[in-house]
Amino acid sequence: MSLYTLLGALEIGLIFSLVALGVYISFRLLRFPDLTVDGSFPLGGAVAATMIAAGHDPFTATIAATLAGAVAGLLTGWLNVSLKIMDLLASILMMIALYSINLRIMGKPNVPLITEPTVFNLLQPEALADYVFRPLLLVLVVLAVKLALDAYFSTQSGLAIRATGSNARMARAQGVNTGMAILAGMALSNALVGLAGALFAQTQGGADISMGVGTIVIGLAAVIVGESLLPSRKLYLATIAVILGAIVYRFFIALALNSDFIGLQAQDLNLVTAVLVTVALVVPRLRAHWSGKKGA
Amino acid sequence: MLKASELRLTFNPGTPIETQALRGMSLEIPTGQFVTVIGSNGAGKSTFLNAVSGEQRVDSGKIEIDGIDMTRQPVWGRARHVARVFQDPLAGTCEDLTIEENMALAKMRGERRGFSFAVKPALREEFRAQLSTLGLGLENRLSDRIGLLSGGQRQAVSLLMAALQPSRLLLLDEHTAALDPRTAAFVLELTVRIVAEHKLTTMMVTHSMRQALDVGQRTVMLHQGRVVLDVSGKEREGLDVHHLLDMFEKVRGEKIDDDALLLG
Ligand SMILES: Nc1ncnc2c1ncn2[C@@H]1O[C@H](COP(=O)(O)OP(=O)(O)OP(=O)(O)O)[C@@H](O)[C@H]1O
Ligand SMILES: [Mg+2]
Repeated sequence: MSLYTLLGALEIGLIFSLVALGVYISFRLLRFPDLTVDGSFPLGGAVAATMIAAGHDPFTATIAATLAGAVAGLLTGWLNVSLKIMDLLASILMMIALYSINLRIMGKPNVPLITEPTVFNLLQPEALADYVFRPLLLVLVVLAVKLALDAYFSTQSGLAIRATGSNARMARAQGVNTGMAILAGMALSNALVGLAGALFAQTQGGADISMGVGTIVIGLAAVIVGESLLPSRKLYLATIAVILGAIVYRFFIALALNSDFIGLQAQDLNLVTAVLVTVALVVPRLRAHWSGKKGA
Repeated sequence: MLKASELRLTFNPGTPIETQALRGMSLEIPTGQFVTVIGSNGAGKSTFLNAVSGEQRVDSGKIEIDGIDMTRQPVWGRARHVARVFQDPLAGTCEDLTIEENMALAKMRGERRGFSFAVKPALREEFRAQLSTLGLGLENRLSDRIGLLSGGQRQAVSLLMAALQPSRLLLLDEHTAALDPRTAAFVLELTVRIVAEHKLTTMMVTHSMRQALDVGQRTVMLHQGRVVLDVSGKEREGLDVHHLLDMFEKVRGEKIDDDALLLG
């Protein structure tokens, strides 16, 4: 693998670590199986690309995309909390609704960003090549998000969200409005996914209606890979694990696709993902099995 | 003060499995009183406590706490006034959170939760001091996940948590039932101590007649969703477990006769 592909993999891995953090919030902290991300990721891309193409400032566009993601999460939460639709189904409804909404926003199946400014090329110093600067900036963004999340989830309000996911009955008995906690958590989760979509569109030369396909699987894969690399229930370690998971996952994909001797091609990506997730799911159990034997 | 009047609650109305769990249940508990609640399986004890805490909505009737109408309030809205310890030790704590995080959650019971850190150094010291009164060594395990503790330990912490924040009513539903006899005795002792210390208005459901008479100042017996026996003061002091058992049998017999009459 060349340095170029390596940095490219790191770049995409970092962007998807934001998705993975979002998925960690919904699936792990809230225990809400949320497929909205397959819609909120392209939503972020669509909002950012459309706004930038229309001449808006890329930073404003990125913030708007993040907020759009939050609204999508809020709506999924609302379908579940207020209309009492089963969590998984609520998120599927939101996901397919977003497909149409994203098309409406873009007005066509894709919005290219070729010569337009992006948050990356606006900040880029002369001395650095773009493929070096992008992952560098993303490391800072992801680190800032990670630290902010760690801090938030140890506040009273963040603790209420974690309690809601862990034991809703207890949370209510302690006066937590669990419905509101679910809405807040879902908004936060999908805001991160929307942000990831906006950054993805700005690094990949535009937004495409199909850019969201499989986002949830990649996010989950990152969470699962991360958890098997660094198993810990401590939140600040778990967030590191999830980020590492996203990056490692992306490296594996790059490795698999770039190794001529394996002969894999881009269309094998989903198969590789499935195999990787399976391995990541089985390894901890095997490890427990082996250490159990040693103990006996 | 708790004032529950004419509570009615029917599960699965209009179906073959219809159950009238509360049938005109009324009970008043003056501030500071410790009431023990007994009654056979299915008498409606848990349903009554759930109605008071808001987990079950009543079909009709009124629930007031210190004059505030709570009947339509959700669980989290009543939490400011009502503290609870559940029968299942796993139910009252969040196993994924640490001991101190669980306590921090309880410390804010019923209050607005803001963006300041939940566990601050001063609070941690308070928790440590509280935990050390248990004599279980938990004061050194503040940042352990609470899921690592035994059921008895968790129940003891739950009791502490219930008293971290003032409440107008403490609800205990067979909170020692899942524990081994020694641990149960310890938790009961702790209950009596905490209730006395904070002068809590308390309702404790128990299946042990002995406990029901030994603890608190008043004992009520529920049967078929109603209070059928209510003793306190001198009358209660004179009672023995077998008196209680006799009354138990008697009301049960009478009630069955009642129903027979109604059906006939
Ligand atoms: N969620 C529910 N759905 C349907 N029926 C219920 C429900 N909860 C309780 N019941 C029924 O209501 C009646 C009263 O139950 P409750 O749990 O209040 O009794 P209890 O006095 O607490 O009994 P125990 O001593 O066994 O705990 C029972 O007949 C029970 O089967
Ligand atoms: Mg019961």
